[in-house]
Amino acid sequence: METIQADVAIIGAGGAGLRAAIALAQADPKLRIALVSKVYPMRSHTCAAEGGAAGVIKADDSMKQHFDDTVGGGDWMCDQDAVEYFIHEAPKELTQLEHWGCPWNREADGSVAVRPFGGMKIQRTWFAADKSGFHILHTLFQTSLQFPNIQRYDEFFATDLLVDDGRCQGFTAIEMRSGQMRCFRAGAVIIAGGGAGRMFPFNTNGAIKTGDGMAMAYRAGVPLKDMEFVQYHPTGLPNTGTLLTEACRGEGGVLLNKDNYRFLQDYGMGPETPVGKPQLKTMELGPRDRVSQSIWHEIQKGRAVKTPWGDCVWLDLRHLGEKKINERLPFVRDICISYLGIDPVKEMVPIRPVVHYMMGGIHTDTRAATTLPGLFAAGECACVSINGANRLGSNSLVEILVFGHRAGLSALEHARSMGPGNDAALTAQADDAQAKIRALFLRKPGKESISGLRKEMTDTMEEGAGIYRTQEGLDKTCDKLSDLRRRYGDVALNDKTNVYNTDLLSALELGSMLDCAEAVAVSGRERKESRGAHQRIDFTARDDDKYLRHSMAYYNGLLPPRIDYRDVVITTSPPGVRDYSGAKK
Amino acid sequence: MTENRMGTRQVELEVLRYNPETDQEPKFQRFTVPCVNEWCVLDALNYLKDNLDSTLSYRWSCHMQVCGSCGMMINGEPKLACKAMLRDYAGVIRVEPLSHFPIERDLVSVADDFMAKLKRVKPYLIPGEKRTLADGEYKQTPAQLERYKKYAMCINCMLCYAACPEYGLTPKFIGPAAISLAHRYNQDSRDGGRDERQEEIATSEGVWECTFVGACSDVCPKHVDPASALQQVKVASTVDWYLEHFMSWVKK
Repeated sequence: METIQADVAIIGAGGAGLRAAIALAQADPKLRIALVSKVYPMRSHTCAAEGGAAGVIKADDSMKQHFDDTVGGGDWMCDQDAVEYFIHEAPKELTQLEHWGCPWNREADGSVAVRPFGGMKIQRTWFAADKSGFHILHTLFQTSLQFPNIQRYDEFFATDLLVDDGRCQGFTAIEMRSGQMRCFRAGAVIIAGGGAGRMFPFNTNGAIKTGDGMAMAYRAGVPLKDMEFVQYHPTGLPNTGTLLTEACRGEGGVLLNKDNYRFLQDYGMGPETPVGKPQLKTMELGPRDRVSQSIWHEIQKGRAVKTPWGDCVWLDLRHLGEKKINERLPFVRDICISYLGIDPVKEMVPIRPVVHYMMGGIHTDTRAATTLPGLFAAGECACVSINGANRLGSNSLVEILVFGHRAGLSALEHARSMGPGNDAALTAQADDAQAKIRALFLRKPGKESISGLRKEMTDTMEEGAGIYRTQEGLDKTCDKLSDLRRRYGDVALNDKTNVYNTDLLSALELGSMLDCAEAVAVSGRERKESRGAHQRIDFTARDDDKYLRHSMAYYNGLLPPRIDYRDVVITTSPPGVRDYSGAKK
Repeated sequence: MTENRMGTRQVELEVLRYNPETDQEPKFQRFTVPCVNEWCVLDALNYLKDNLDSTLSYRWSCHMQVCGSCGMMINGEPKLACKAMLRDYAGVIRVEPLSHFPIERDLVSVADDFMAKLKRVKPYLIPGEKRTLADGEYKQTPAQLERYKKYAMCINCMLCYAACPEYGLTPKFIGPAAISLAHRYNQDSRDGGRDERQEEIATSEGVWECTFVGACSDVCPKHVDPASALQQVKVASTVDWYLEHFMSWVKK
């Protein structure tokens, strides 16, 4: 097996992976950096983020306000030391991107413009129309091209971490073009592999978001933290699940039920604000968990709009006018016309909540270090706990920058302190990883199909671990996932070709998703309270006495994960009431 | 909301297949795929892969016209499969990998040449005036942003290369997307790297290879209009040439 030696190797070349790579390249031009991704960097799902990135820059804003919005938005599940670090680094990272050429929208005087976003008390979201993630990703990718010591391995699918002497020293990856296994050896490894929203049937995520990075760390013994917190974005297209950015509401769009009534005022987010004059942190600018949950309740009450794609509510943008929609929300308009045949300039758009983001992930500290020495993680795959139980829109695009950068520097520090590894032990592990793939190739097709198992998984996730959960539903989903994980052992490939074998990759991705899905369901079953995005019909209140703690899921082979807990870090903000009632005071 | 969107129809897909380990040359394979009327071609391919033939290889991810993965020839035209709506097609739909690129397998093209060309044009900000983070952001007015914004919209889907007759004939041509990207940075008020980039793009492999057919702009799913970028670079480099040869005392 060919071995590729690097000082630091990164899995994932989206926003977090690229940011880490650039930080490393700038720190030392002699460093050998391997940037490994199952797709070309520009295909990474960072590109699909629309609304923007939050960072304190304007005179009317303060670090404390961003801190309070984030911690309250997260229903006090955020680690406050991590949030403090995050908000202080945010403006620097956003300015750095500006220096690298990111085409942020501007004020008339040439300074960077900001827009309102859900759950934020002050306007602080930097944006590039409604393609902010796309521009951030391409700015990072293009910037990375000037560093000759960033060696990219595009379309390499990482499979297993190599752990010896109590530390992570590399991983194996399949070169998709040849089908050959490669061994990456490194002083430190960073996982920046993105989320796992594809475990649900209705989601905004790209096909690639299958939790491979999370699963790889999990199988190596690193706990997955707070996996039960899965964000539903309120405004997805009802047929494709395509994201319509929160900026639709930031710019003044409103949500209506079938009676054209702005129902959010009935769910603690009123009183009603004037149409087209959005007020911060209330009504349509409430946080995502609350807004999505309100839509669910409207549907239960029979006040939904009936559409061919199921029960929806309306998103009304018409009063913004064509000019503003074209300037601020051009992509939203394109998408609505393409996939729904509806022009939001002229008609209301039916929308429904859609799985969007995993607050949970690989447990890291504020240095982006995991519990396994030599392994670091950043971005959606990680849980450094700035998002708590509910992420505020426009915090994740900053998270990938702040903690991508941090992961790079921490990994460098670690790599420099380490001596060479044990060749024989690492080679043996790589050979084992290769043997597993070979066994999958040789297995005779049985009765289990990849697409069949995947459908059973996504169905049970929606039924039992969706936006509202019960003990009974979660029990059933946990049982079902156990069964699916066992049956996964019988999956075989129809495709026996080495070159670009997507049947093989689908099988591996399914394995990643099943492992992550079980961590979600079991963590959710054990959390007998309602907090942020985790809502239990049988335990409706937040219970700080028992559950102001992170859940930590530990991999346990074919058995369900062992769940442990870890205290939330509180520095200055004791748990309080989340107030989105705007002027009602 | 018209009701027939959710209706179904049988769609005949003719898909180019090529397995480099077993096939001498590519050949078409016909599939009948039960499709929902409002689907796009990508949905039909996904149905096919999940239910009819899991060995079909193609790239896709976002299904929202921004990741640039699913570029392919659909009835002979370069398209994003997630933007090619079935409602716009009648009869057999023929799906092939992007023209002008080697086939890796089935609908997957080899992208090496494109990736190398992107890198060659130095598509990153080479600051005119250096600033530190403590200095804060560069000022850039909305009008200055507008000068390059269109050219920053490229999703690297490679459709313009598949449409470009020059690239088909002369593979060394740097091509529409890469030149547009160079132009994007050249037009950015923060940038001072134009001279470095001109060395790559104002050459016989660069803009002078282009015969201004305009096919690149026609197929661009993001309205980047590479043809206009190429023309602007040609004009600018002509001016450079005159300044250099006849008016060398004038500062560029």
